[in-house]
Amino acid sequence: MSFRDRLKETRAKASDGFRGGKLMSSIFRPGSPFRKGYVDSPRNRSYVVMNNVLYHLHPVKVKRHGVRLSYTLCLGGLSFFLFIVLTITGIWLMFYFRPTELAYVDIQNLQTTIAFGSLVRNMHRWGAHLMVLVVFLHMSRVFYHGAYKAPREFNWVIGVILLLLTLLLSFTGYLLPWDQLAIWAVTVGGNMAGYVPVVGAQVKFGLFAGLEATTATLLRFYVLHVLFFPFIIVIFMAVHFWRVRKDGGISGPL
Amino acid sequence: MVDIPEHLLQRSAEARAKALGISVEQAMAEMKGQSDPTIISKEPEVKVIDETPAPAAETPAPATETPAPAAETPAPAAETPAPAAETVAPVKEEHAAETTEKVAAVKIEEKAPIAKTPPPAKADAPDEVDFAPDVKVTQRLLTVVKAKPIQKPVKEPIDKVNTWPHLMLPEFVALMAMTAFLIFLSAILQAPLLEEANPNVTPNPAKAPWYFLGLQEMLSYWDPQIAGVMIPTVVGLILWMAFPYIDRNPETHPSKRKFAIMFYTFFLAGAGTLTIIGVLFRGPGWNWVYPWIDGIWFDDLLDWIHFE
Ligand code: HEM
Repeated sequence: MSFRDRLKETRAKASDGFRGGKLMSSIFRPGSPFRKGYVDSPRNRSYVVMNNVLYHLHPVKVKRHGVRLSYTLCLGGLSFFLFIVLTITGIWLMFYFRPTELAYVDIQNLQTTIAFGSLVRNMHRWGAHLMVLVVFLHMSRVFYHGAYKAPREFNWVIGVILLLLTLLLSFTGYLLPWDQLAIWAVTVGGNMAGYVPVVGAQVKFGLFAGLEATTATLLRFYVLHVLFFPFIIVIFMAVHFWRVRKDGGISGPL
Repeated sequence: MVDIPEHLLQRSAEARAKALGISVEQAMAEMKGQSDPTIISKEPEVKVIDETPAPAAETPAPATETPAPAAETPAPAAETPAPAAETVAPVKEEHAAETTEKVAAVKIEEKAPIAKTPPPAKADAPDEVDFAPDVKVTQRLLTVVKAKPIQKPVKEPIDKVNTWPHLMLPEFVALMAMTAFLIFLSAILQAPLLEEANPNVTPNPAKAPWYFLGLQEMLSYWDPQIAGVMIPTVVGLILWMAFPYIDRNPETHPSKRKFAIMFYTFFLAGAGTLTIIGVLFRGPGWNWVYPWIDGIWFDDLLDWIHFE
């Protein structure tokens, strides 16, 4: 036996011992590919989903046409995934950001002195634009497939709320860098909200925490952006995904 | 004939024996076709239900019109109320779903004065009073009906595949591709950061985020009658939510919902055009500019695109 073969065998043994060990068996439930003895069989394929937290999202089996990339273009999944990326990068940004007069300086420091600060900020910002776009495309996909028809009417309603929340998240985040772009974009947007019939003035006052964009607005937008809207959108997403499954999985085929 | 479980046969035989006044063994033999059936036409042993109201002690709530609940049911399977005119009382499907098996029975009526039919039993009357009093009723076993679920799930075969790996792997690939794309984008494009916010210096033009620029562009047309834009926006949003309830056409194929497709496509085209105008073709004072001549007047793009 050559040295290489022996090395290979030792490695396989160690890997088997590790994957079959108590620790791994306690973490991964039966049927997981990470456990010892996983073989690719129909039963194990079912177990991968069924014995996994993923079972909350996915059923064991899905319609064949639904997995064709060309049907959903994975747009709903990507909306969700972008939200997760934004959550992760957003939490990271929160370590370096204070929603006060110092906000602008904090962003400057982030870009110039903090390792990967610029990259993470860019990811958060472009990711947010991308998410608005992808959610919009997802809505268009759903519309063109007529996927909002019975029994999926209510999931469309939830979807529109999700779109609204996505826009609100993006809009509240827009102010946070506290530069000229931020404050004036939000001023223009907030003034548009002031034209809402009947309650326009009140909406605008509530949005700005006053008559115009100040640091009070900054704090308000910050809290809405990092706490309130994410919290709400997660709840609506949970219902949205749940309904996708309860309404019989993905719609179609056409 | 269906294979009837022994315990059900036994139960039917007992009921039959009781109704006809014969022994259980005899009834069983008759049912199995081993002996001639007993003729019941002459004077079958039946119970006649009295019309007199029940004594107060037996009825918890003193309901004057309620007929007597006292009488015993002749046959066990008589759960289904039968209107006086009907002869055959089929076993209700709902009941069948609850129990596993049920015996269907025929009610033979000696005389059925329809006019005399009393009002149906009140809710508090026991279940046994379920046929017209004053009517002699016997039951004869005709057949045993196998219970079936009320909702027969008609499953059309759906072509399905395992989520793992057929859905989860493509999802994973899409996720990785998106991450790679985003990191690449973030590495080459710097997010804008202008001078510090200054409420006293209004930029010209002041633009909203791009997804509101279509709206801002519309506001520029109807500036004096702003309500002419915002009301449709708010109402439109509500209508948009209600859209599935408005579009009742069940078809999903594009060729059968041309109007809806056209509607959305016009909406997309309109929103896209307005947004592009707002982003690229509006300069100082919200005047028309050509981006290739006058440059880009949208700070979100300014930092990383340079025409010249
Ligand atoms: C944060 C935003 C959203 C997320 C994360 C999300 C996520 C998802 C996911 C993962 C699916 C499964 C199928 C697919 O990927 O296409 C789905 C389906 C669906 N979504 Fe969304 N969605 C969002 C916004 C919307 C919006 C704005 C609408 C419409 C106004 C909408 C309406 C629907 C409908 C009707 C379905 C069922 C489609 C079918 O069965 O073919 N969603 N969504």
